[in-house]
Amino acid sequence: MAVVEIRQLYKAFGEVNAVNDVNLTIQEGEFLVLLGPSGSGKTSLLRMIAGLEKPTGGEIRIGGVVVNELPPRARKIAMVFQSYALYPHMTVYNNIAFPLRSVGMDRINIQTRVERAAKMFNIYHLLQRKPRQLSGGERQRVALARAVVREPDVFLLDEPLSNLDAKLRALARDELKQFQRQIGVTTVYVTHDQVEAMGMGDRVVVMNYGRVQQIGTPQALYRAPANTFVATFLGSPPMNLVEQDNCIIGFHPEHFLPKGIDQHMQSPITIPFEVTRVEYLGSERFLYGYVQGVGERTRVVSNIPSLVQLAIEAGRTYDFVADLHDLSYFDKMSGDRIAPVRLQIAQAAGV
Amino acid sequence: MGTVSEARGGPKLLDREGFLAVAMLMPAVLYIVFLVGIPFVMAVLFSFSDVSVGSPTIDRFTLETFNDVINDPVFRRSLQNSFVFTLFAQGLVLILATVLAILLNRNFRGKWIVRLLILLPWATPIAIGAINWLWLLDSVYSPLTWILREVGLIGAGALLGPRNVIWLGQETLAMASIIAIHVWRMLPLSTVIILAGLSSIPQDIQDAVQVDGASFLRGWFQVTLPLIRPILMVAMLFGIIFSFTDMTVVHVLTRGNPNNTTQVLASWAFYTGIEGGSLAKGAATAIFLMPVLLGVAILMLRVARRTEVR
Ligand SMILES: Nc1ncnc2c1ncn2[C@@H]1O[C@H](COP(=O)(O)OP(=O)(O)O)[C@@H](O)[C@H]1O
Ligand SMILES: [Mg+2]
Repeated sequence: MAVVEIRQLYKAFGEVNAVNDVNLTIQEGEFLVLLGPSGSGKTSLLRMIAGLEKPTGGEIRIGGVVVNELPPRARKIAMVFQSYALYPHMTVYNNIAFPLRSVGMDRINIQTRVERAAKMFNIYHLLQRKPRQLSGGERQRVALARAVVREPDVFLLDEPLSNLDAKLRALARDELKQFQRQIGVTTVYVTHDQVEAMGMGDRVVVMNYGRVQQIGTPQALYRAPANTFVATFLGSPPMNLVEQDNCIIGFHPEHFLPKGIDQHMQSPITIPFEVTRVEYLGSERFLYGYVQGVGERTRVVSNIPSLVQLAIEAGRTYDFVADLHDLSYFDKMSGDRIAPVRLQIAQAAGV
Repeated sequence: MGTVSEARGGPKLLDREGFLAVAMLMPAVLYIVFLVGIPFVMAVLFSFSDVSVGSPTIDRFTLETFNDVINDPVFRRSLQNSFVFTLFAQGLVLILATVLAILLNRNFRGKWIVRLLILLPWATPIAIGAINWLWLLDSVYSPLTWILREVGLIGAGALLGPRNVIWLGQETLAMASIIAIHVWRMLPLSTVIILAGLSSIPQDIQDAVQVDGASFLRGWFQVTLPLIRPILMVAMLFGIIFSFTDMTVVHVLTRGNPNNTTQVLASWAFYTGIEGGSLAKGAATAIFLMPVLLGVAILMLRVARRTEVR
C-alpha cells in the first residue's frame, strides 16, 4: 500500500504527446479511475507507473521513492492487462505461481498463496486447466489472481472488463470493487466506459489528448464538469449544451422535466420543449427534441423517470422546467467552466 | 438456398471447392512426381543394380553395390562426417541465431543496418561466398594468416609455429572450416525465423513477464522459449535437412580433400556416381541419406499437426 505521486509527467511518441503535463496524487488505498476516450493517453500513463514505458519528462514516486529509473519488478506493482496476458502454455496454477517463483519463494508458501488467491476469486477448481480452456470471465479472474498473489503496493488495471459481455461486466465490476475494498490496495483503473468510472472510482481523472481535464469524485464531476469535454463525456445521454451569446449553458437530461413535477426545484425556470421522438426504456423515458427559448434552436434530450406518468407525444411543444441551481455555464471559446451568467429566456416565442 | 448463385447464372467453376483444390494442388503434385518422385524411384532401382555411365541399362538386380559401398572406408568416413557436420553446424546455428535474434529484437540505434549486415550472407550466392572463404583460408595468400603473423601468433618461436597455417590441408581444420562456412551461410535464415517467432509473442505477454518480476533467464526459459518452440523446431528440422543433404561447401572448398577426409554423403555420392561414373554406387550412397530425412520429415509433420490443433 502506498501513495503514488505523479509530477509534470510527459510522454511523447515522435510527434504525438501521449501524456502531457500530468500531475496527480493517488492516495493510499484509493480506487482511482483514469477515464477518457480511446487514444487519450490512459494506457501510456499507466504503463509509465508500471515502469513499462519511460517518461519523456517528469517524475513518478511510489511510497515516496522516485521510481523513474526502477524496472517494473522493483516497483512493487501488479498489473492486469486488457488482454489478460496469461501465459498460454502454463496451467492456471503455474500462471498464478509465476510471480512468486520469480521472487524465489519456496514451494510450500507458493502453494498456500496460490490456493488462497484461487479461492478468493472462485477459480480453485480450474487450477489445472490451461488458459485456452477457460471462458472470458474465468480468464479475467485468473489475471486478477496472478496480480494480487504477490501482495503489491499498487494495483494497475488496464480496461480489465472490456472483453466481457455486458451482463458479466456488471457482476465483475461489483466483485472487483468489493475485493479492492477488502484488501485496501492503492488502485489505478483505466477505462473508457464512464459507467464503470462513475460506479467504481473513489475519484475519477478525466483525460483527453494526454491532458488531465478534471479530477474529482464522481459526484463532483457530474455536478460541476470543468469544461464542455467532461460535460459531454459523462452521463448517458450526456449533459445538454445550449449556446447563448458568449456562453454555453449545460443541464442534465434528468434535470429537464415537464412543468408540474418541479416541486423539489428551488428556482425553476420554464423553457419550451418541442418533442420530436419518445423512447420508452422501462425504468425511464427519453424525450428527444428542440429548445428554442434559450439562444439558438438546439437539440436536447430529457430523461423522465417512469414514475412520472404524464402523457407526452412526439410532434408537440410542452413547457419544461430546469432548476437554475442545476445549470452549468461554460465559456464559448475555451469551453471552460465559468461563473453563472444572467439567462434570457424567450417564453414560448415561436409556437 | 442457392438463390444468390442462381441469380448470377449458376455457380462458377472457380466457386467449386473440389475443382479449386485440385487445380491449386496440381502444380505441386506434378513437381513432386516428376522432379522428386521419379528420380527417387530411379535412385532406389539403380542402387540395387549394376548400372554405370558406361552401360546405363539395368541388366540384373544385386546387393553387391551396397556391399561395396559399406565396405568402402571413404563411405564410412563420409557417413560419419555427415553426422558431425550436421550436428555441429545445426547446434551452432541454433545457439548463434537465437542470441542474434534476441539482440535484434531489442530496440537500439542503427538496428536496421545490423539486420542488413546479418542478412547479407543469405543474399550472396553460395559459390561466390565460398570462393571468398577459399581466399580467406588460402595457405599462401590468406589475410587470416597475415593477421596472425602481424599480431605475433605466427613466426619463429610463436604460439602457432613459424609456418603459415594450411587451413584446408589438415583434416580437423578443414572440417572446422567447412562447418564454419556452413554456419555463416545458414545463420541469416535461422535468425530471421527465430526473430519472426519472437515478434509473434504478444507485447502484453512480454510486459507481464516484466511486471511479474521475472529475471531475464527465467522469462526466457519459462515463457519465451516455450512460446517459440514450435517455430524453433521448424527452423531446426529445416536446418537438419538442409545440412545433411548439402554438398556445396565441401565441393567448393575442399572437394573432400585432404585425402577424402572431408567428404560428406552428398558429395561422396556425387563424386562416385556422377564424376566417377558408377551410378549404382552413387545411388546406393545417397540412399543412406534416407533414414535421417525420413525421421526429420515425420517429426516435422508432427510439429505441424501439434500447432494446428492449438
Ligand atoms: N508505442 C507507441 N508508439 C507510438 N505511439 C503510441 C504508442 N503507444 C501509444 N501511442 C499513441 O499515444 C496516444 C495515447 O495512446 P494510449 O495511451 O494507448 O491511449 P488510450 O489508452 O487512452 O487509448 C495515441 O495517440 C497512440 O497512438
Ligand atoms: Mg488503452
